[in-house]
Amino acid sequence: MTDNKLLEVEHLTMRFGGLVAIDNLSFNANKREITAIIGPNGAGKTTVFNCLTGFYVPTEGRLTLHAEDGPRLLERTEGFRIPRNNGVARTFQNIRLFTGMTVLENLIVAQHNRLMEASAFSIAGLFNLGSYAKAEKEAVEKAKFWLEKVGLYEQADWNAGNLPYGSQRRLEIARAMCTDPSLLCLDEPAAGLNPRESAELNILLQSIRDDQGVGCLLIEHDMSVVMQISDHVVVLDYGKKIADGDPEAVKNDPAVIRAYLGEEEDDELPPEVAADLHLDPKAH
Amino acid sequence: MDWAYFLQQLINGLTLGAIYGLIAIGYTMVYGIIGMINFAHGEIYMIGAFHSLITFLICQAAGISGILPLTLLLMLFVSMVLTSIYGWGVERVAYRPLRGSFRLAALISAIGMSIFLQNFVQISQGARVKPMQPLVEGGITLMESANFDVQLSYMQIVIIVLTFVLMVVFSLLIAKTSLGRAQRACEQDRTMAGLLGVNVDRTISTTFVMGAALASVAGMMVTLYYGVIDFYIGFLAGVKAFTAAVLGGIGSLPGAMLGGLLIGLIEAFWSGYLTIEYKDVATFGILVLVLIFRPWGLLGKPEVEKV
Repeated sequence: MTDNKLLEVEHLTMRFGGLVAIDNLSFNANKREITAIIGPNGAGKTTVFNCLTGFYVPTEGRLTLHAEDGPRLLERTEGFRIPRNNGVARTFQNIRLFTGMTVLENLIVAQHNRLMEASAFSIAGLFNLGSYAKAEKEAVEKAKFWLEKVGLYEQADWNAGNLPYGSQRRLEIARAMCTDPSLLCLDEPAAGLNPRESAELNILLQSIRDDQGVGCLLIEHDMSVVMQISDHVVVLDYGKKIADGDPEAVKNDPAVIRAYLGEEEDDELPPEVAADLHLDPKAH
Repeated sequence: MDWAYFLQQLINGLTLGAIYGLIAIGYTMVYGIIGMINFAHGEIYMIGAFHSLITFLICQAAGISGILPLTLLLMLFVSMVLTSIYGWGVERVAYRPLRGSFRLAALISAIGMSIFLQNFVQISQGARVKPMQPLVEGGITLMESANFDVQLSYMQIVIIVLTFVLMVVFSLLIAKTSLGRAQRACEQDRTMAGLLGVNVDRTISTTFVMGAALASVAGMMVTLYYGVIDFYIGFLAGVKAFTAAVLGGIGSLPGAMLGGLLIGLIEAFWSGYLTIEYKDVATFGILVLVLIFRPWGLLGKPEVEKV
């Protein structure tokens, strides 16, 4: 079981001044699995992502990524190095494509490092020398593979900003995959998608898990997506983990139901107020 | 109308415009990538001019100044390298620590850097005007008329051709190479570029280095063309190149070149047909008009406020 671990989050705590956004959170995400992080708004889900991708340095805790070349401590890695060498890739809640570039270029920028190495800091690139030409060809091949996969092959030369919303979402995932990640973090990928697009997304994510062997970490509010495709669900509430397990178990966990639906309010009201409410519900 | 006179002003204007264009590229690229006006860029150009002069004097002392092509290449190369180091250093010292700060902070830091560099050169090199002997002499007489001969000097040819070559090379660099792609990505969304593994800090440094290298070429051209430089030439040339960048549309590479050429032509024709004393008034009058009526410039895109 241990060699299947991809990401180990241990005692992660993130404080902003007096506010504790994440409080002693520990969970694992496995290889070839989709791990969903769910929870009410403000539970600290995106903060977890921000810690994983180097935006925040955690106040406490350890984040270990078991990539192919051995374990890496993400909290000690500079932001731009995190995606390198089978690292972590990420998408955002709002779409952040390079809208002034073509669809194809968006995918090639994601392969910047390999191209940069091949081009000796662009000098070879300028004269189109052999090593660079080869690397660029490979980059284009990879980009085409992903374009086909997300069904945007025909639109390769479009300006990315002109794509319809659902296609932009898929392009973002394709771009993230072009960095060759071992862990793909998706922040609400189904937000704003219609049911059909959402179903297509499910298929895409399952294919990324099964065919590419990439572990996914997913923040999602759409429970149908979560329940259908995730292998493992972590529930956060006020920065604390309140449940962890397979989707079915989590769905029936009383703590989760309480966090989502709230406590039975009437019990907490002072007796006279409750009595008033029940005696005269039509008042006001 | 005297066509010979017109043609001569056109040639002079193009030469001047090429120089402004080379400097303007530095403004426009830096603005594109980090959204600030690098007001120390004019000083970088001035330092480039000094580096080329010093290299020439060293060549002369070493006795190789007789071999003209070698001397010119050495001047170009040494000046580009040393000036690039200044460009890199300015970004590292004055702008990078302020990157997360409010925008005005970097601007004030740029003005401070500009004053610092000016005074540094004034003290280290002396305040007097430095003469430079003409290296590329002669030219072609294109047209002869009763009272006027149209001259195209070899130096003007060198300036225009070299500028053109550099423009093509840099446009290719931005459009085709992975470095250029990274620069365009950083221009649009630095955070996202970083998440895709682009080293944003290094890309920004490279942008400053490229801008400084082009400005140093402009500095060397001016040294050879006019034959005199001093520590103060960076200010006016810098502000004019900035005007050129705004006129062309700041952030746009072809815009900077176009703006540079237009400013050069306007200056030449204004001096030739109207009053030479008021040429700077004309140039900056254009800056004001552009900022009022078309702040996004000729080739820039208007910023659309999204609702």
